[in-house]
Amino acid sequence: MSIHPGTASERRAPDTHTETGAKKRRRSPTRVNPALYLFPLPAVAIIAFFLVMPTLQAFQYAITDWNGFSAAFNYVGLDNFIRAFTKDSLFTNALTNNLKFVLLVVIAQTAFSLILALMLTKNSRGSILLRALFFFPTILSSVSVAFIWKFIYDPNFGLANAVLGTVGLDALQGSYLGNNAQALYWVAVTQVWFHAGQMMVVYIAGLQSIPRELYEAAEMDGAGKWQQFKSITWPFVAPATSIVVAYTTVQSFKAFDLILGIAGNPPKSSLDILSTRIYSTFANSEFGYAAAQSIIFMAMIALVTWLQRRLLRLTPKGE
Amino acid sequence: MLASITRRGILAIYAVIIIVPLTVVGFGSFKSTQELFAGPFSLPQSLSPANYAEVIGGQDLGSSFWNSVIVTAVSVPLTLFLASLAGYAVSRLKGFISWAIFGFLVLGMAIPAQANMVPLYVLFGRLGLLDNLTGLILANVVSTLPIAVFILGGFMRTLPRELYEASSIDGTGPWRTYVSIALPLSAPSIAAAAIFLFVIHWNELLYPLLFIQSPGNRTLPLALLSFQGEFQTNYPLLFAGVILASLPVVVAYIFLQRYFVAGITAGASKG
Repeated sequence: MSIHPGTASERRAPDTHTETGAKKRRRSPTRVNPALYLFPLPAVAIIAFFLVMPTLQAFQYAITDWNGFSAAFNYVGLDNFIRAFTKDSLFTNALTNNLKFVLLVVIAQTAFSLILALMLTKNSRGSILLRALFFFPTILSSVSVAFIWKFIYDPNFGLANAVLGTVGLDALQGSYLGNNAQALYWVAVTQVWFHAGQMMVVYIAGLQSIPRELYEAAEMDGAGKWQQFKSITWPFVAPATSIVVAYTTVQSFKAFDLILGIAGNPPKSSLDILSTRIYSTFANSEFGYAAAQSIIFMAMIALVTWLQRRLLRLTPKGE
Repeated sequence: MLASITRRGILAIYAVIIIVPLTVVGFGSFKSTQELFAGPFSLPQSLSPANYAEVIGGQDLGSSFWNSVIVTAVSVPLTLFLASLAGYAVSRLKGFISWAIFGFLVLGMAIPAQANMVPLYVLFGRLGLLDNLTGLILANVVSTLPIAVFILGGFMRTLPRELYEASSIDGTGPWRTYVSIALPLSAPSIAAAAIFLFVIHWNELLYPLLFIQSPGNRTLPLALLSFQGEFQTNYPLLFAGVILASLPVVVAYIFLQRYFVAGITAGASKG
């Protein structure tokens, strides 16, 4: 309650110039204590020294041919960037794989998590239990998830083929990760299994904020289920969708752990993505080149995220 | 009617797709390779902990478990402490300076770990932080501090200013106000951030992979990864490793399930 006199006097302050001094002195207990400036210092120092400075340094390394060990290195300008895009098929392959993977996962995960959320919006006992179950994989480590799915996909002893064999669908049995044309799709399935439950919860929060009366009104107007979804649900979950899409994009760009776990280190080329490629370049002691690749990686995430914002134009509603 | 059947069908199938693999892994961790391949769905013939014993004894996974415990137990509170200090200051300071500090700290969320790993590796080399747990802790703190500041700072800004004003009228210094007002009132967001950080730090793979060389300094995810390389298709052993690596998080999830959902979605919706 006491906030109202305070804000009012602040607003009045500019016109009543002569009174301001007295007012300020009376309000002096609320003046900022200089010691407060010390509080964020450790965080600022750590971020400056271990995050911002190394990131800036990455730009410097990126234009050198440094191998990480020798004292001498040369500035080579944009050579590393040119090499990445024109002469290095390993890199362009990883880039293509990565974009394909992101596209697949974003579309599948957004759609699937929304479907799950729509089915589990009501707070019944069963829904709550299923939500907890579907969310569960999110807390596991990527390495664990990778091993579980490596077993599922194992062509000889794996779970997927065992299930297909048991129900008599031997024809559908496959070699999954062994099939270069399909491997990336199967890892995308794993990624969705891993994180769809997390995004489902984001959607449920969005769905539960929609006033029920809107649906009742729509029903009275004779709107069908699809009509209701199109004109009420979808516009209302737009903010949730932009969160899900943005988060899923970054998450699938960084599927590093999952790929290494499921495909081994280094992964074969059909499963190589940008983050695993950067790591391989780094492990190969090409520090300058790895830094250049990492800058391309960062730019890629920024670009794709920005593009999505532009294309989707998801403006928050109901907030 | 048809819609309801479809709904139930989809939910049931997805539930099976989650439960069955986890059950098979659980059973499998007690089986021999032969037994697993003979029937992945069957109950294990005995509950012999042989695989667990071999994992812990043979591959330094035991010591890697404790390394993970140490790294997580230090990284999480340290990140929370630094982030809450910064968040508290940001919520009390005014105008440009507050905005600038918050912006500077939060901007780090846009930098993926792969972007600066090369310079960080070089820097850690110069500071003698390679191949030790201190380096891992520092890397964990740095990488998650931005989002922790975002969550905690965002929450603390919503606390009513009058509480701070009242306490400073009583002559309380900023430190006392931080400890006895800001921290207790921020408990919900601290709990959410704590669980979010716990999951991230416990499961972290890239930094150990970059910085750790000796097997004795490995954390669990790294030990598991190298373990997989050495025992290509010894799934029962891998499963025992997976169970060991997941156990603390799973047990915490069973008891604190609601907070997990709140924490990890706070990370998702604010990240």
